[in-house]
Amino acid sequence: MHKDNQALIFEITREGRIGYSLPELDVPELDLSDLLPKGFVREEVAELPEVSELDIMRHYTALSNRNHGIDSGFYPLGSCTMKYNPKINESVARYPGFANIHPLQDESTVQGALEVLYDLQEHLVEITGMDEVTLQPAAGAHGEWTALMMIRAFHEANGDFKRTKVLVPDSAHGTNPASATVAGFDTITVKSGEDGLVDLEDLKRHVGDDTAALMLTNPNTLGLFEEEILEMAEIVHAAGGKLYYDGANLNAVMSKARPGDMGFDAVHLNLHKTFTGPHGGGGPGSGPVGVKKDLIPFLPKPVLVKKDEVYTFEYNLPQSIGRVKPFYGNFGIYLRAYTYIRSMGPDGLKAVTEYAVLNANYMMRRLEPHFDLPYNRHCKHEFVLSGRRQKKLGVRTLDMAKRLLDFGYHPPTIYFPLNVEEGMMIEPTETESKETLDAFCDALIQIAKEVEENPEIVQNAPHTTVINRLDETKAARFPVLRYTKA
Amino acid sequence: MQHRYIPMTETDRDEMMKTIGITSVDELFEDIPEKVRFKGEYNIKKAKSETSLTKELSKLAAKNADARTYASFLGAGVYDHYKPIIVDHVISRSEFYTAYTPYQPEISQGELQAIFEFQTMICELTGMDLANSSMYDGGTALAEAGTLASGHTRRKKLLVSETVNPESRDVVLSYATGQYIEVVTIPQKDGVTDMAKLEEMMDEDTAAVLVQYPNFFGQIEDIQTIGEIAHAKGGLFVVSSNPLALGILTPPGKLGADITVGDAQPFGIPESFGGPHCGYFAVTKKLMRKVPGRLVGETTDDEGRRGYVLTLQAREQHIRRDKATSNICSNQALNALAASVAMTALGKVGAQEIAYQNIVKTRYAKETFEKAGFNVKFSGSHFNEIVVDCKQSVKEVNTRLFAKGIIGGYDLGLTYPEFANHALIAVTEQRTKEEIDALVQEMEALHA
Repeated sequence: MHKDNQALIFEITREGRIGYSLPELDVPELDLSDLLPKGFVREEVAELPEVSELDIMRHYTALSNRNHGIDSGFYPLGSCTMKYNPKINESVARYPGFANIHPLQDESTVQGALEVLYDLQEHLVEITGMDEVTLQPAAGAHGEWTALMMIRAFHEANGDFKRTKVLVPDSAHGTNPASATVAGFDTITVKSGEDGLVDLEDLKRHVGDDTAALMLTNPNTLGLFEEEILEMAEIVHAAGGKLYYDGANLNAVMSKARPGDMGFDAVHLNLHKTFTGPHGGGGPGSGPVGVKKDLIPFLPKPVLVKKDEVYTFEYNLPQSIGRVKPFYGNFGIYLRAYTYIRSMGPDGLKAVTEYAVLNANYMMRRLEPHFDLPYNRHCKHEFVLSGRRQKKLGVRTLDMAKRLLDFGYHPPTIYFPLNVEEGMMIEPTETESKETLDAFCDALIQIAKEVEENPEIVQNAPHTTVINRLDETKAARFPVLRYTKA
Repeated sequence: MQHRYIPMTETDRDEMMKTIGITSVDELFEDIPEKVRFKGEYNIKKAKSETSLTKELSKLAAKNADARTYASFLGAGVYDHYKPIIVDHVISRSEFYTAYTPYQPEISQGELQAIFEFQTMICELTGMDLANSSMYDGGTALAEAGTLASGHTRRKKLLVSETVNPESRDVVLSYATGQYIEVVTIPQKDGVTDMAKLEEMMDEDTAAVLVQYPNFFGQIEDIQTIGEIAHAKGGLFVVSSNPLALGILTPPGKLGADITVGDAQPFGIPESFGGPHCGYFAVTKKLMRKVPGRLVGETTDDEGRRGYVLTLQAREQHIRRDKATSNICSNQALNALAASVAMTALGKVGAQEIAYQNIVKTRYAKETFEKAGFNVKFSGSHFNEIVVDCKQSVKEVNTRLFAKGIIGGYDLGLTYPEFANHALIAVTEQRTKEEIDALVQEMEALHA
């Protein structure tokens, strides 16, 4: 690949070129000044590109060649579940009867779409072991916030206004405390013990009559199952709090343990992780929320109802937290998740989890001799190595991650969770072959060797990408957030 | 079992178990307490082959009335616009759609640069200084604008015009409730924000005034004056704007907006039953460090080559955790890419032309309705939408229209009781003169 500046679309524009084909204007032309009030017709034209259709295709093809996706190569990004995105999903989401329907059409004209929504909800109810599911939240963090708002409404409906605190383990995803804040709560951090699991004593210290909820990821971000989950549930419930399940790691426990059976009152799922909605370079996602009975009255509006084989939306929900999103959520992502679940079936989803976990444990054991493994026990779908040993030799985990780029891999999640020094969080998923896992382990082992023998090659990595490490300090100190014509 | 998405063979599995030192995969799940262990399989539908599943789902899709088969006059925030065919070809490149958030810039320059270009195009259309990489949708973008304004001004009240999309207003209320912010509605008068009422209501406890441009009724609000009223009392001015209209309308950035938000769905994104669409969020420079979500910035590598990175991340949840002002993580990157491609295809000239077509077609529909004796509400300028008095139940009118291959307008009485029996009819460049004429004729026939 060439190490040259890639032109911006604005830099290849030529006055007079066009890339569109608008419908023929078949009504009388009129003068704008007769149509708009004075001062509301823009004086300066928006400087959008002027390019031909081929220019556009070449430009974006060049950009795509400078991007790594799952289809390009292995992507063991911990906590993100970068599994294969099946192509049938993409086809289904583009069926005209799904893609070109308007959310405000009469319900009688969209029964097929509503049937998909309803059946997906039913499937997710069974998978999570909850009593009801809303599909509406647009992403995981949005689901967290939605569920916390419901928990708040539940407490307030009981006349209980002093529950202002949400407990979050120190290993939690950053969205957990942020969602708690946005839902109007204060966050209390609960410590992990030496074993990487929630410290029950610390939990007991913080739980009280001001506890609204405990947010928990299980397995946690270290890939470890919180074995004392029932005890935790009892502690929180006894104090009158609710238990919230961050479903980011559901790929680890499908058909093995359900949040609903573990004592959780609310759960969000990331359809773009476990259920193969593509990540799209950062979104769109989808973050459905499942709840137990006593939270059902607080579900966001509207709720889908099935009666005599007819699907309708119910808006008359006096205790609802209201709307969390216009319309009904990211329908296009539901279609992909639904198609996936129907492609897998019950035995398929069980195999998904078994192989996701087997693959992670296999890699962990292959890499264990070469890196520090702070929590040495069977992991679930992911595990966290520490680069402490390499750091002593002057090479940081960031360097090793960058070196992996030279081998054609997307690096693992690094420096997360926060309770592991120089952490490297590896999640292979079930869709990778043993050859891929082995080749990646071989690369990482070779890098560990390079750290001992030739650290510069790691410290200065990457060497083969279209660009070297970028100056992030400069980007933040002198922000250039848009193109400006020279 | 063997499945096309799971490549491991039995031999692979046995070798791997040996390396791990186990004899059964079940051993890996022994840390799950017996009491909560799920036994057996989920009680869900059995797996289907590719062929039978596509057959089943095609049938479900065919049960829905789509805008390719029917002439749709529904708008109200989601529009059937020209989607350049090239858009789907670009976003189908799997290097884009199977990538995660571009956290490793060396192998994500494509996505990062595409977002940088998106940010630039949104700035060009809105006249704002900077834009983020996208939000979930226009409604949640507006809601986050409200909470940003409250945090910035340390005031706990928002004034929201009644002419803002009712679904978006509902979302604003939910978000505001989360942060104990009061939301007060400014009534409409003649289809636009009631200026006298606004002046009365605006006070020094108000964090921001939120309006929509063009508004929910398709009217062009005098946002310059509204902005002046908001600023006079130290509040921020937030404008929710259909970016397609900004191909011609004076951009909010030139009329005093501090924050401009909206949905880029009109640019190449399918209606998709309401989502996923693509919120955008643009601000003036002074609010740069308070913007929610991801921002892409330009920088260089050690050899002076230009490149792009996620920047100013100290604002975001993964760094600030409970001190973050927004919890957004996933956004709508792929749809921002779709919108970028559509904005690029339309380009400088097409963006003006498409906005112009929408204005003249709406005008044509208005005049045709009036000629047929209908009362079309509000005397101001229209973009995309007109309010037509049907003098009978809109639901009934729409049922009859549907039989003629037409999807009628939005039943305005559902959210504005004073406009019972009024339809909000949307006309885009996709609707032909013939279709508009047919709509009016059919409605006239019902009337008679």
